[in-house]
Amino acid sequence: MSGFRPSVEAAIPALRRYARALTHDAELADDLVQDTLVRALRSEHLFHGGDVRSWLYTILTNLNRNRLRSLARRPAHMSIEDNDAPDAAGPEAGERDIERALASLVDDQRTALLLVVLEGLTYREVAEIQGVPIGTVMSRLARARIQIKSYLDGGTRPALRRVK
Amino acid sequence: MTDRDSPVTADELHAYVDGMLPADRKGTVEAWLASHPDDAARVAEWRAQAEVVRNRYRAVAEEPVPARFDLAKLARPRTSWRMIAAAAVLAAAIGVLAGWMGRAASTPGPASVEAITAEALSAHQLYIAEVRHPVEVSAAEQHLIPWLSKRVGTNLRMPDLNEYSLKLLGGRLLPGPIGPAAFFMYENPSGERFTIYCSRSKKARTALRYQSGGEVAAMHWVESEIGYVVSGPNDRDRLAKIAQSAYEQMENPPSRGAAFPLISRKGS
Repeated sequence: MSGFRPSVEAAIPALRRYARALTHDAELADDLVQDTLVRALRSEHLFHGGDVRSWLYTILTNLNRNRLRSLARRPAHMSIEDNDAPDAAGPEAGERDIERALASLVDDQRTALLLVVLEGLTYREVAEIQGVPIGTVMSRLARARIQIKSYLDGGTRPALRRVK
Repeated sequence: MTDRDSPVTADELHAYVDGMLPADRKGTVEAWLASHPDDAARVAEWRAQAEVVRNRYRAVAEEPVPARFDLAKLARPRTSWRMIAAAAVLAAAIGVLAGWMGRAASTPGPASVEAITAEALSAHQLYIAEVRHPVEVSAAEQHLIPWLSKRVGTNLRMPDLNEYSLKLLGGRLLPGPIGPAAFFMYENPSGERFTIYCSRSKKARTALRYQSGGEVAAMHWVESEIGYVVSGPNDRDRLAKIAQSAYEQMENPPSRGAAFPLISRKGS
């Protein structure tokens, strides 16, 4: 498949963006991307057409989920003390707020939201990547949006409130 | 013409924001939003969120791609200094073993205990140096032992070596002198590794014997035409104890339902 390598190559910037948004850690994000690429290249012979980009997102999403599982004993991404009201104005403060809002999401919701909003994948593609029906993707997306709003509104402590 | 008030679902509102609404519903949704300010506010809020997220990470995708992502380089099999060092160690070990076996009078046939032990020690030297991929299948995967049992052609019962703080990491399939060999790796908390190699032998049975090959050493025996080699650091007393324990557990399985996943399945 002659288009394989170029397709993988073209996806790298977007994969880095996605990984960064998932992890908020530049080093870790690039490690995830590298692992994703190595795996993809190793399985190149197994790839018979289809959407390379979507497949790469699937690998990266799974690798990240494995990583989170291995950290499962650790407390959530941020401590509760960290959750003071969103900082006062300024562009940097706004950036931190959205990072924290994303970090406050349950992993599957964060993944769904980022794949749709940041990476522009279709609901169907996201459903395939996450291995769930489209309806589940929709409800993850909806919950993620509610949670982000309540986080940015400053009222809710994400760790304490379950958004149903 | 669709009715202005025909119900618009929450899913459709999301799809509208995400540009995934079927074209024939767009007019309906827009009309709905015009007359439902609460929904219009939600839609505006979601759009703003999406914009903030995209702005936050846009720069990452615009950075030049770092050199580490050179696909040609990533596609090449890992040949780190570690592998090279392992290969050097292996070559040295083979030299030592060849010398040792030369001394051992008769040239060992392919299925001799010596040949199996030499293979086992080579595998031991090679794989204990591997940091990232010491095993092919991890012990967490339940099919590990049934799979290797099937390939070797016997019911393997891997010993519980917790008493020596050794945990089974996993195993791999290797070529043995006269057939497939199962190779299992154990590790203690300080990172010391012991391995157990099992492969078919032409001898029916031998006693437990010790063999040293430089920094590493092995205890080996043959039982029911299967050769077993326990390899580890060259510390005779400790290796002997571990091998003895392995021998007892592998050859005299305790009653069923032991704590460790001793394999006694189908088999032949």
